[in-house]
Amino acid sequence: MTPLLSVRHLVKDFSSRNGLFGGKSVARAVDDVSFDVGEGETFGLVGESGSGKTTVARSILRLVEPTSGEIRLRGRDVLALDRAELRRARRDMQLVFQDPHSSLNPRMRAGAIVEEPLVVHRMGDRAARRARVEALFELVGLDRAHLGRYPHEFSGGQRQRIGLARALALSPSFVVADEPVSALDLSVQAQVINLLMDLQSRLGLTYLLIAHDLRLVRHACDRVAVMYRGRLVEMGPTEAIFNNARHPYTRALLSAMPAADPTRRPARIAIDDTTFDVRAPLVEAAPGHWARTS
Amino acid sequence: MAAAPLLDVDGLVTGFEAGNRFVPVVRGVSFSIARGETLALVGESGSGKSLTALSILGLVPPPGRVAAGRILFEEVDLATLDERALQPLRGGRVGYVFQEPATALNPVFTIGDQIVETLEVHGVAYGAAARTAAVDLLADVAVPEPARRLDAYPHELSGGLRQRALIAMALACGPVLLIADEPTSALDATVQAEILDLLRGLKARRDLAMLLITHDFGVVAHNADRVAVMYAGQVVEQAAVEALFAAPAHPYTRALLASMPDAVPRGGRLPAIPGAVPLPGEFGNACAFAPRCAARFDACDREAPALVSVGAGHTARCLLYPAGTDLGEATGRQAPVRADQRAGDAR
Repeated sequence: MTPLLSVRHLVKDFSSRNGLFGGKSVARAVDDVSFDVGEGETFGLVGESGSGKTTVARSILRLVEPTSGEIRLRGRDVLALDRAELRRARRDMQLVFQDPHSSLNPRMRAGAIVEEPLVVHRMGDRAARRARVEALFELVGLDRAHLGRYPHEFSGGQRQRIGLARALALSPSFVVADEPVSALDLSVQAQVINLLMDLQSRLGLTYLLIAHDLRLVRHACDRVAVMYRGRLVEMGPTEAIFNNARHPYTRALLSAMPAADPTRRPARIAIDDTTFDVRAPLVEAAPGHWARTS
Repeated sequence: MAAAPLLDVDGLVTGFEAGNRFVPVVRGVSFSIARGETLALVGESGSGKSLTALSILGLVPPPGRVAAGRILFEEVDLATLDERALQPLRGGRVGYVFQEPATALNPVFTIGDQIVETLEVHGVAYGAAARTAAVDLLADVAVPEPARRLDAYPHELSGGLRQRALIAMALACGPVLLIADEPTSALDATVQAEILDLLRGLKARRDLAMLLITHDFGVVAHNADRVAVMYAGQVVEQAAVEALFAAPAHPYTRALLASMPDAVPRGGRLPAIPGAVPLPGEFGNACAFAPRCAARFDACDREAPALVSVGAGHTARCLLYPAGTDLGEATGRQAPVRADQRAGDAR
């Protein structure tokens, strides 16, 4: 079976000029990253800021142009699409943003925000769009009586629901959720996590979930990939990654996760990058469990 | 135990003027911190935890103001002091560490300049002696190659090193109390763990008392001696850290801990708390958590609960507990939560 998403040897370089008269320098943000995401799966991408996980996600959506590599969505070469084709392909892949405060236009009413992608993609007439927006409101647990409200009249959790409704307007099958709950109050995070999981089972969505909260990743993901300095250092089923991490960096990252329990104080493992080689080959240590160990 | 606490806050009310109305954000907060003790003030945005911290040294930005309360620090009521009297305490006897090291440091001065300035302003050391002291401080917070880092600008340091530099600055004048407002939330997990280790070490080495403001129960679990949980401008529960996690009493604390993604099997439904955090001015006159509470009963909509003792050193603000309740040690985390709380999920 072909995977829904297939990423091969993805590379993204960012070049910058050093000072006014300096030469150009190139930073490799993503370095030879390959993975597949199956239909209906939740695939987690974890790593610290600067590890390249967000650049991977943005490359898949072609919000940044990768330097090299191959990205296939349902077997279609995403990087070969021209503008018109890309526009159509975008219906099938959507992004849910981290911060519902800054990602919604404050001067648009909630209904119009959710409707906008339908207008842009010329979907249906006014009445059909209106019906679709109402259905989307219902789907994400918003009150349709609030269609005419502005973003600031909603709570943070409700604003994230508006963002979700907008992302789902064009019925995508693939959704990138980049830190979907980290900007929300703790007491509303669980509501949105439950909603994301409900929507997945109701609509058959496939998620690429980027999160720094490893507790969320463990809860929501089927498989997890760990990135370090632009490279994928370990990838495998969630249970295997959390219970039997192979790579020293993964172990360090897991040991830094503070358990909400004062009686469990795991011994912390410091990151010592002299103990591993990020260029070591990815080896399949157990079925589906890959790690870069030399 | 007869010694007076280092910091004793009693009945603190802080809020802001909106039109001709005073809107309280901190509504009668009381707590104390002993020498060498870490109290975590945990709450969500809008709970009033940061404003409580800012109130202590008169740092509430206008139109906010402290409207009532006593803030005894080393037996002086800070609430009665004017700006001139408070200034030497800030960065002196009381150190501050803020959330975002990138914005708390001045980008146009080196780390060394900024630590030296703190030392000179407070009259601790001058010139070459101040520079030497600055190197020692950076070494004390485990900045590698401290002498070289003295001449670094903030942007030349990683987030973790910037936070260490900020902590060094907060420690410059040998404070007895450190107020740390979300000191690690802007940092990556591994760096966060390192900074928390550092703070634990400093507390032990320097016998430092700490007011640790956080929204993260993981941080609370490993760095606090005692915990005060805030909701809607009030302390709703206060306990020793072990007791809080072993037997949380307030329905809010209980529901929050139960809703963590690691509290249920993978992929299972999280017992979410319905609704949203109320905004200042919308706290009402009864229990502010009642609209979201699974244990709510009729009186909850009418009466404002008082903070009552529910065990040794353990208090809760909830009508479930008549004054004098003792939950004791036996009460587990699963204790009286009604079944509908598990199913309770906002739609």
